[in-house]
Amino acid sequence: MHEALTNIWIIAKREFAAYFATPLAGVFLTIFIALTGAFAFYIGDFFERGQADLFPFFAYHPWLYLILVPAVAMRLWAEERKNGTIELLMTLPVSPAEAILGKFAAAWAFVGLALVLTFPMWITVNVLGDPDNGVILTSYVGSFLMAGAFLAIGSFISALTKNQVIAFILAATICFLFVMSGLELVQNALRAWAPEFVSSAVSAMSFLSHFEQISRGVVSLQSIVFFLSLIAFALFANVIAVDQKKAA
Amino acid sequence: MTVLVEASGLRKTFGPIVAVNGISLTVRKGEVLGFLGPNGAGKSTTMKMITGFLEPDAGTSVICGHSVENAPKLAKSKLGYLPEGAPAYGEMTAEAFLSFIAEIRGYSGAERAARIATAVDKAGLKGVMGQRVETLSKGYKRRVGIAQSILHDPPVLIMDEPTDGLDPNQKHHVRNLIRDMASDKAIIVSTHILEEVEAVCTRAVVINKGRIVADGTAEDLMRRVPYHGAVSIRVPDAKVDAAKAALGTIAGVAGVEVIAQASGSTQLRALPKSGAPIAADVAARLREKSIATDELFVERGKLDDVFRQITTGETLTHA
Repeated sequence: MHEALTNIWIIAKREFAAYFATPLAGVFLTIFIALTGAFAFYIGDFFERGQADLFPFFAYHPWLYLILVPAVAMRLWAEERKNGTIELLMTLPVSPAEAILGKFAAAWAFVGLALVLTFPMWITVNVLGDPDNGVILTSYVGSFLMAGAFLAIGSFISALTKNQVIAFILAATICFLFVMSGLELVQNALRAWAPEFVSSAVSAMSFLSHFEQISRGVVSLQSIVFFLSLIAFALFANVIAVDQKKAA
Repeated sequence: MTVLVEASGLRKTFGPIVAVNGISLTVRKGEVLGFLGPNGAGKSTTMKMITGFLEPDAGTSVICGHSVENAPKLAKSKLGYLPEGAPAYGEMTAEAFLSFIAEIRGYSGAERAARIATAVDKAGLKGVMGQRVETLSKGYKRRVGIAQSILHDPPVLIMDEPTDGLDPNQKHHVRNLIRDMASDKAIIVSTHILEEVEAVCTRAVVINKGRIVADGTAEDLMRRVPYHGAVSIRVPDAKVDAAKAALGTIAGVAGVEVIAQASGSTQLRALPKSGAPIAADVAARLREKSIATDELFVERGKLDDVFRQITTGETLTHA
């Protein structure tokens, strides 16, 4: 157990540093902070609402993650396969599960860092009014969990291809389906022909409704379990994908 | 001698293509096994299965007594592997990369520093440690890969085309390095450069179409060439018949043939029976008959010829 954790830690450290070795980290962090702010102020009517909360800020996270998180995840395995370093990694005394967890942890920490760097929003809202900081905290946790789910899906997809662009598009599309599944648009289309349990099952997979609940301050065990089990499932699929596709 | 690598019955198919079809190998401590074969013969695939990167469809690989399938971490901890093209994380500096490898191999603190220093010294990486791997020349990149593979002083070292694409000096350096490490390791080196086999390998295994087609020392392989050990002489045209007659009566000589004729002199080749050395007899007989020779040398079979013969079935031409 200790050895496994050590390996995960060493791989995560390397992977995290890899983000900062290229302009990717700077570009991503800048755009993430700029866009979360822009959405909150211009589209979310942060000021006009006249309420001291961060709801307009968090409401757009699912849509931002749709584009930005697959961009973080796409290189995780596609790049290893393209450069052949997967052959090196998989012949070191490291298990595939350790490598996958390490890489995922690094990517998640990177997105977490981006979230933490939005703290000026929190300061702003505290200067302007008297927000419920408990809700803000749970919203951050919810956003972080949701990002994890996006990332785990992206990491799995990344292991299926050598091509980072394909990995990006596929991951974004699948995440889009997860985000959209709770919307009336999708639900109506489903109800027209599918039995009730199908549409409610699809709706239960919706990132949007789970995240909305958390960001309203309703921390339901259901939503947390949803995101965590989705991460676990995607990473499990990731292990299989790496095993199957590493040599192709 | 201790068996350190034992592969048996390895088989791998990719769709309809049988890449490796039942390869078994044992490599003992102190052996440097040259793994030869034309491109696409299954060399790399075999190495990938021995190192545990690919799972074989059938067969097993055991490294230092640990099954690669059942105890992959133990097996991999005894193994140093240089994959084809020496892949490394390009965005890292050589220093950071080797440090990462050392950590994964379980070294920390002073030991890590010492391990890295030794590997850097052996691979000749001093002076480029602060550079990103992707900015290094091909030769240095390869050295980074070599340093990575020997960092933990593994009892088993597997290198896929370690000298491919290097300049002659760099090749020489890598070969010396392999030779220096040979005594206490089992080393497998794949190559299609045949001089390399003579230069560093104690044994050569030739594979073709996924099967082992020859296994022996370089000398064993060269004996397959009919004129290996033949004596070639050059005499004036006028003496050709005399020379032929004189050589034809030597007990060890199977026959004499004319190879070339140019500017008043003729080159003859005396073929040995059963590979026994005939040079001394040939020289003595020529002296006895007072036939002056401009040139006399013992021919050696060329590995290239053996290789071509084994892997294509092409009959040998006397070049």
